Amino acid sequence: MQQTKKRKQLKISSWITKWGTLVTILLLLLVFTFGNWNSDTGSSIFLTTTNVITVLRSISITTIIAIGLTYALAVDGMDLSIGACAQWASTFIMTMFIWYDLNMWIAIVLTIIVCLTVAAVNSLLIILFKIPDMIASLSVMFIFQGVALTYSRGGAITERMVRPDGTQAPGLVSEQFRALGGEPWLIIIMLCVVAIAMFILGYTKHGRYMYAVGGNKEAAKLSGIPVEKYKILAYFLSATFAAIGGISLAARIGTAQVQAGDAFLMPSVSAAFIGFSVLGAGKANAFGTLMGAVLMGVLQNGLIMLGVPFYMMNIVIGTVLAIALALTYVARK
Amino acid sequence: MDKLKLEMKNIEVEFPGVKALDGVDFSLTSGTIHALVGANGAGKSTLMKVLAGANGHYTGDVYIGGEPVETRSPKLSKNLGIEIVYQEVDTALIPHLSVAENVMFNSMVNHMGKKQLVNWGAIKKSAQAVLDRLNVDVDINALARELTLHKKQMVLIARCVAERCRFLILDEPTAPLSNTETQDLFRVVRDLAKEGIGIVFISHRLNELYEICEHITIMKDGKLVDSMPLTKELEVNTIVEYMLGRKYDGIYTKKDCEIGAPLLEVENLTEKEGRVKNIDFYVRKGEIVGVAGLVGAGKTELCKTLFGCYSHTGRMKLNGKEVRLGNPQQAVKSGFALVPEERRKEGVLVTDPVYANISIAAMKKYTNKVSIINRKKEKIEACQMIKDLGIKTPSENQTVALLSGGNQQKVVVGKWLNSEADVYIYDEPTKGIDVGAKQDMYELIEKLAAEGKGAIYATCEFQEVLSICDRIYVMYDGKIVKEFAYGEVSEKELLYYSTGGKSIDATNEKEETA
Repeated sequence: MQQTKKRKQLKISSWITKWGTLVTILLLLLVFTFGNWNSDTGSSIFLTTTNVITVLRSISITTIIAIGLTYALAVDGMDLSIGACAQWASTFIMTMFIWYDLNMWIAIVLTIIVCLTVAAVNSLLIILFKIPDMIASLSVMFIFQGVALTYSRGGAITERMVRPDGTQAPGLVSEQFRALGGEPWLIIIMLCVVAIAMFILGYTKHGRYMYAVGGNKEAAKLSGIPVEKYKILAYFLSATFAAIGGISLAARIGTAQVQAGDAFLMPSVSAAFIGFSVLGAGKANAFGTLMGAVLMGVLQNGLIMLGVPFYMMNIVIGTVLAIALALTYVARK
Repeated sequence: MDKLKLEMKNIEVEFPGVKALDGVDFSLTSGTIHALVGANGAGKSTLMKVLAGANGHYTGDVYIGGEPVETRSPKLSKNLGIEIVYQEVDTALIPHLSVAENVMFNSMVNHMGKKQLVNWGAIKKSAQAVLDRLNVDVDINALARELTLHKKQMVLIARCVAERCRFLILDEPTAPLSNTETQDLFRVVRDLAKEGIGIVFISHRLNELYEICEHITIMKDGKLVDSMPLTKELEVNTIVEYMLGRKYDGIYTKKDCEIGAPLLEVENLTEKEGRVKNIDFYVRKGEIVGVAGLVGAGKTELCKTLFGCYSHTGRMKLNGKEVRLGNPQQAVKSGFALVPEERRKEGVLVTDPVYANISIAAMKKYTNKVSIINRKKEKIEACQMIKDLGIKTPSENQTVALLSGGNQQKVVVGKWLNSEADVYIYDEPTKGIDVGAKQDMYELIEKLAAEGKGAIYATCEFQEVLSICDRIYVMYDGKIVKEFAYGEVSEKELLYYSTGGKSIDATNEKEETA
């Protein structure tokens, strides 16, 4: 009698860990839809095409950066330098356009390559010097925050700005590039990044190896997996997607603002960690990361519509993250 | 000084499913050095942990000087003046604190009372005094992590005797020490005995016990065999006989199988830090080669060196062709397979499903040119493997963590079957698995040998090597000291050589230990 009761409890708790995040998103959608009901028109101002696009657009940069982090988390690593890397990318690409008047595609490729230095330094510190990943990437974060600031001489990069040598910058930001930062392109880029990550992590040998390294480093090594190579690969992927996130940010605002990219660190970390609990995966995964970002985006958007002041937002987001983490870690035990 | 007697009467300790100690009596007199010996799993450490308060759930009685006492917790034992130095010294030292703080650790933790400030001068002074008393030369300002193993041991002994210590337990203190370091330890131990401390000395090296111990107690299978004065008249052979006791039952009968050409030849293999030295051996196709030795003899180190985990010198030939194994990845590519001792830590990916574990070392089979996994094929073959090996699991999607030890071990073997390895290295393959699963493992190992694979079977369970291996190498102190063919050797001889018994034909051995 007691046993069946216990089993029932177990069933309920495992159901919650598996579906909790997704059910929460659905509930939020319902609450916000009816909470924002306009009785005059007989429809909700929340669930409109424009607002859905607004939410997707607002989460896209966070999601792109968080997907990069997902690779690092898959090998049981941690990368706190993603925000700084995004900032470095947005600063660098803007100078390519404004200072040097470069072609868009060349500038994008060049920026991603330059941002891989972040991954190189991370790999050096974490793999070669064996510094714990959290603090190693913390120091790398500071280094590249500084690099970005120094490179831009401590200021924003804008069209027609006066360059450090006193001359006026020749370049303009092309409409083509600006389009990448608006809908539909930004949302398409985000969905592609998520799809690629789902594919690599779920359907290729490399994804399997990364999860093996993250699950049990020693067993992976003794199974013949080149553990360090895959850790390095993860940090390079992390920096690559952080750079893409930074480029998208530049395209979105059309300038490079001081420390704009740094602000994406914590939301990205939160999205990736909320993702652990989605569908009971218990590990970093691309779909989960997207859902984590959606959850935070919906919450933020809906609460603002309901008139909750912006300064209360962090309380809500922090609480959501804490609950998602609790779901993951209680299930693990 | 009056002789104080510590007595343990009818001690029993039970762990889930096992009776680790069964009615053991033990007594120790102050001022004497008392040897405690037995094969692996005989219950030596368990008995001493009862004294040290680490097995608080024992039944039976403990008396000191005739007075009944309780050793239910480490704190109670310490208050009674019973101290223990465990084999793994690093677990007891705080690496980034100084020698002085490590020596005075107990008083710093337990006798500070309401005091909040540390009196550095006093601590350094008392630490120096203790080290002087032991006549040990260690800089009290050095950090514990900078010391050699021998010095770390001395610091721990100093910590134990810094306060009122009446009985001191040393758990295999000499296993990692060199000859000169061992002599130094003996000197300190003798001095402590002269001070009136009763000392229990656990060791696998029977020969050295004659030098230092006055009394010996022999245990086997959780029971007391005998306790007697240790004199020259008591031969090593006799002790070994006591340690083995009754004849074994439930022996596995080996099947005959054809032995072919040499598969693996190893010449002068030496691990960089000397954990294994000058190893020469060979394995033929279809042959199961045993590596027997006690815990700490270097078996696991040999297995891992062969598998490329540690850097090494020497030559290895596989199928007549020289191979260099710089890392496990190359070993797997060359056709080696390792079934490691620490199954959950090193063998399986516990959080992953069974099928992913079975395919992990052979992903090449399941991927196309652009590394995309054919999951259908992967699962079909995993199901076949589960059937072939008789792995008990509800499905191929079950998380490995939920399987029993024996079934986890089968998953590890399945992983290597899948990678089509030629040389299988088994490190304690039957550790922690039940009798039925053991039988399955033996059959599996033999079946693989019959298919022409080579097997290296490292274990401290001598009965196993005797019954399943075609040839047996005995390891002691990182070296192979003796080689036997199947049926040529008894368990007694194996134990004799693995406890450092001198071989008649190996003259260089004699010089080493002299």
